[in-house]
Parts: sequence; C-alpha cells; structure tokens
Amino acid sequence: MNVPETIEVPAELRAEIERHMALYPDSRSAALPALEAAQRLYGWCSPEALEQVASVMGVTPAYLAAVATFYDMLETEPVGRHSVYVCTNISCSLRGADRLYETVRDAAGKDPDFNVRPFECLGACDIAPMASVDGVYVGPLTPEDVPRLIDDVRSGRPVLPDKQLAPRLVADPRANTADFPPHEAQPGAQRPREAGSASAENPNPSGPVEREQR
Amino acid sequence: MTEALLFKDIDEPGLATLDVYERRGGYESLRKALATSPEEVLSQLEASGLRGRGGAGFAMGKKVSFLPKGSIDKYLVCNADESEPGTFKDRELMQKSPHMLIEGIVIASYAAGANRSFIYIRGEYVHQADMLDAALAEAREAGFVGEDILGSDHSLSLVVHRGAGAYICGEETGLLDSLEGKRGNPRLKPPFPANQGLYQGPTLINNVETLSTVPAIIGMGGAEYAKLGTDTSKGTKLVSVSGHVQRPGNYEIELGIPSREIIYGLAGGPPDGRQVKCWFPGGSSSPVLTAGDLDLPYDFDSLAKAGTMLGSGAIIVVDDSTPIIDVALKVAKFYRHESCGKCTPCREGTNWTVKLLERIDRGEATPMDIEIIASECENIIGNCLCVLGDAMAMPIGSMIVKFREEFEQHIEAARARNEGGAVYA
Repeated sequence: MNVPETIEVPAELRAEIERHMALYPDSRSAALPALEAAQRLYGWCSPEALEQVASVMGVTPAYLAAVATFYDMLETEPVGRHSVYVCTNISCSLRGADRLYETVRDAAGKDPDFNVRPFECLGACDIAPMASVDGVYVGPLTPEDVPRLIDDVRSGRPVLPDKQLAPRLVADPRANTADFPPHEAQPGAQRPREAGSASAENPNPSGPVEREQR
Repeated sequence: MTEALLFKDIDEPGLATLDVYERRGGYESLRKALATSPEEVLSQLEASGLRGRGGAGFAMGKKVSFLPKGSIDKYLVCNADESEPGTFKDRELMQKSPHMLIEGIVIASYAAGANRSFIYIRGEYVHQADMLDAALAEAREAGFVGEDILGSDHSLSLVVHRGAGAYICGEETGLLDSLEGKRGNPRLKPPFPANQGLYQGPTLINNVETLSTVPAIIGMGGAEYAKLGTDTSKGTKLVSVSGHVQRPGNYEIELGIPSREIIYGLAGGPPDGRQVKCWFPGGSSSPVLTAGDLDLPYDFDSLAKAGTMLGSGAIIVVDDSTPIIDVALKVAKFYRHESCGKCTPCREGTNWTVKLLERIDRGEATPMDIEIIASECENIIGNCLCVLGDAMAMPIGSMIVKFREEFEQHIEAARARNEGGAVYA
C-alpha cells in the first residue's frame, strides 16, 4: 500500500478533481465527477486510478471502490474505449431492441476498442430502439444500421448523423413513424407464440431454452 | 387543447440560449418574483395547486412550506435523474429549454429561502448536461444566478452534478446520498429531506418538470394556472408516450383529458390491425391498465381510483402481439438489476420474481407458482425503505390479476412443449 502523499497524480487530473471538490460544501460530493475524470483518463476505474483519486480527495481507495461498483457507468474492469450502450428496457424491447443489441454485439465482435452493453432505460423511448454511442444518442435503429454505426465509430466520424437525437424537433411530424416489427420472442427462447393452442401444432421445438441475462 | 406552457416555444431555434429565451419573455417571472416577498411567491405556488411531476404527485407549494424558516443553510435539489422506464420528458426540457429550468430553480429557491442548489442529472444525459452547463454560465454572467440576484438580497449558487448510472438515484434520499458522494442507498424516512436532507440540512427536492413549470405559474398567477386541469390535478403535464404506438414522443396535455385521446389521438395508437393489450399509465412502476380503461381521464386521482398511478407521466403501450410474460420478465429483470440491495424484501423479492417467471417460461412451473408470485409481491409492498421493490411488485401484481388466464395457459403450453421432448436447461 502506497502512502497517499507519495502517489503521483497527473497535474491535469489533480486540477480537475480539485476544481470539482471546491464546488461543494463537503468535498466528498466530488466522488462521482472525480471518478469519471479518472475513468476518462485511464479507460476504467483501475486500482491505480482509485489510489490517485483517493489521495487527492483525502479518502481511502476502498471507499471509492465501494462507490464505483455501485454505478453502471463506472467500469471496475478494463473495457474498450468506445462505449455502445444499447437500451434493452421495455419500450425499446417492444420495438426490437434485443435483436438490435445482439447485432451490435456480434458486429463489434472481439474488437478490444468496443464496450458493447445492454443498458437500462436511457430515457429516449421516442426513438426506440436506440443506443448511446460514446454518449451520443442515436435511433430509431434497425439491424441494418449497425455496420454503419460500427464503421463510424472505428473511423472516428460522428456516429449516424441522420439518426442523432439532439437536432430532432419535439413536434416532429415524422416522429419515429417508421414501421416497427411485431413483437418477437427474445432470441433463443423457444416457446409457443400463442399460449395454449399453438403448442399442439408445434409440440417439439428444439434447442435449449435460455434468455439473455444481465 | 389549451395553449402549451412548457412546450410553448420548445422548437424555437436557439431557445437554449439566453438571448432567444429572454426575447421570448424569459426571466420576466424571476423579476416579478423578486419584486415581491418569498411568502407571496409561496402563496402563488400554493394557489396553483401544482403537484410534483416526478412520480409521487405531492403538492409543490406544501413541500416548500415544510422547510423550516430562519437563517439556516437550506438547499434546493433538482431531481434530473430521469430513469423511470418510458420517461423522457425532462430530457427534452433540459436540452431545449434549460433556462426555463434555471429560472424555475431560482424562483423556487427564493420562496424556500435556499441559497445553494444542485441539479442532479443522470450521467447518461451527456448532451443535456452540457446544455445546462452552457445555459448556467450565461445565466451567471447575466446575474440571474449568483450573489444578490438582480439587485435583490437573494443569492443562489447552482451546480450541475452528473450521476453515473443508477435508477435508484432518482429516489430522493438515494439521490441525496449519491450527491454526497456515496453509494446511492435510500435513507430511512422520517426524517424527511425538508428537515434533514442534503448534508443533514433542510432540502427541497423537485423534479425538472415541476421546477420548469414555476416560471409559468408566476407569470400567469397561481389562480390562473389553477383553472387548467381538474379539481385536484391542476395544469398541464408532459406525457411521454412510447412502445407500440405510431407516433411515440412527448406531448403536453391538459390534465383530465381521456387517455384514449393521448394514446390514439396524439400518439396514433398501435399500428393498423393491432390492438392495445395493456398500458402503463405512469412508467414501468405503475400497475397496468387494459383496453377497457382507455376512457379514463388522465389525471392523478382518476388513475389512483383505478388502482394505478400517473407517476412520471410515461405511457407505455403494449399491443396484442406481445405475450404478457415477456412484459413481466422485462420489468422484473430491470428492478432486480436496479435494487440497491439494502432491504431484504426488495433484494430477494425482485430476484425470486424473475426466477419464478423464468420457471413459468421454461415450462417447469405449476399454477401454484402464480400464487407464490402474487404473495411475494404483496410482501414486498410497504416493507422497504423506498418504493423500488413496490415499483416491481405493483405492475407484476397487476399483470397477475389482469392476465391470470394467459399466465395459466402459458404454464400449460410450456409444460406440454417440454413433455414433447424438448431439451431444457
């Protein structure tokens, strides 16, 4: 265990954390913005990152580890530097988000630059199904949009400019009027569509029954 | 529809800038408020009958009046952690009209005697937080936020605080802990935040939409605002309509209009050939209603009487192509993931509900499992520090009551399928 005073902290990171600490009556309130700043620098809340933040804030690394593990956006394992959060909550899922997530995940494949995650409601059900790509909201997405999405991220271009949420009007007459598919069973689930009668017609679906787990 | 208040100029180019906002009459209400006493502002808020737009629907004026008087440090916290599934109205307000929220915060802080304020915005709303930060810098520069605002003796600091992804931080005491730099675990109540909130000081916590409505109330007068809506649900409300509708989006409505008018009239209803199977009237935490309830007036009390709630104003429509078990599983898994784990009924109950529903889906359940889910939901409600567990138990419980037959058929069908020789895990 290093002594806090001897831990070297990059000057910019230290300055940013101290700037946040000064905003609050109790400097500990800066924990989330400080961890976010460290994560931005190191890619995740690594033990070294936690030690550095802790030494600036005057708290223990363990305290910050407890905080970091609570929040979905703070990464406590190394991850790819481009985050793609695909909303798979109810409103998006009703419009095909589960398939969309699998398509994005498969398209990113083993590329270490990507951090593709199914995510809880991102608050953009008007453009469902949608994703947040490095913080930029895009939707409504179809599996056909995915190659372009991945390509935009890889080449550093703005992601799917025509699908971004920010410029949309509230009173948009085109507001997400695109046709959307009837509900699909979650991928992998083998079961009767119509409870009751359908099973008699199709009594022997094959394959293991499993659902995507978070 | 009466004239929109919150969405009046919402698509005006540049509304997010101080220049355009002021040209549209922005910060006039703040001048008007600061020219009167805090008591007068409070009485306008009380006269308006405005009820909280975040979920609980508590009278805003009353909430302000609960704060102790006198010269102690008081705080105002704006809850911008909009995470209730199906809700996306605050996002629109913060992104398109951030100055309206800032103006509302300054006026409310004047009425409450608070000198420090925070906007706790969910970390996922990167763009919206950036818009707020930019607007705040302008407002500070113009003297609408800071020391001796517009020459009055009211001072207010305002900080935009970004969260990091946790549904529970929308619960007011979980939010306070998170804002203090801790894990977002809810606190035991009482003491209520009005007495002991942020840093143990008296704290007023209001939702974005509630605070954004304040300038309109001061501008038109509380009594005038109270003419909108119904006897107990005053004013206009933003509703977020999503799911199986043709035009999902945010709509501003006058409270009390028939729900059918929102779902079919504004949002276009389900696509041709499909029918409404069930709908959540107030986010995924609200007990579901069915097609037979579409003529219910959309206001706090009519929905409460129907056994559900207006909540955050998020209507999620599910059409008849969707098995109810899929809806139940989605909802239950969400709350399982988001349970902070502090209280046993919620931590264990959400987990067991998911397991039981999966069991039904796998064809390993008997009809008794439906009873177990129902009793489990009953035992979560009211037994935890916050309502996260209830927020799962209420909709799941309502699905069991209203779609019991379908659950039973699903159990039978899934079992029959397994007996047909399928391999299952």
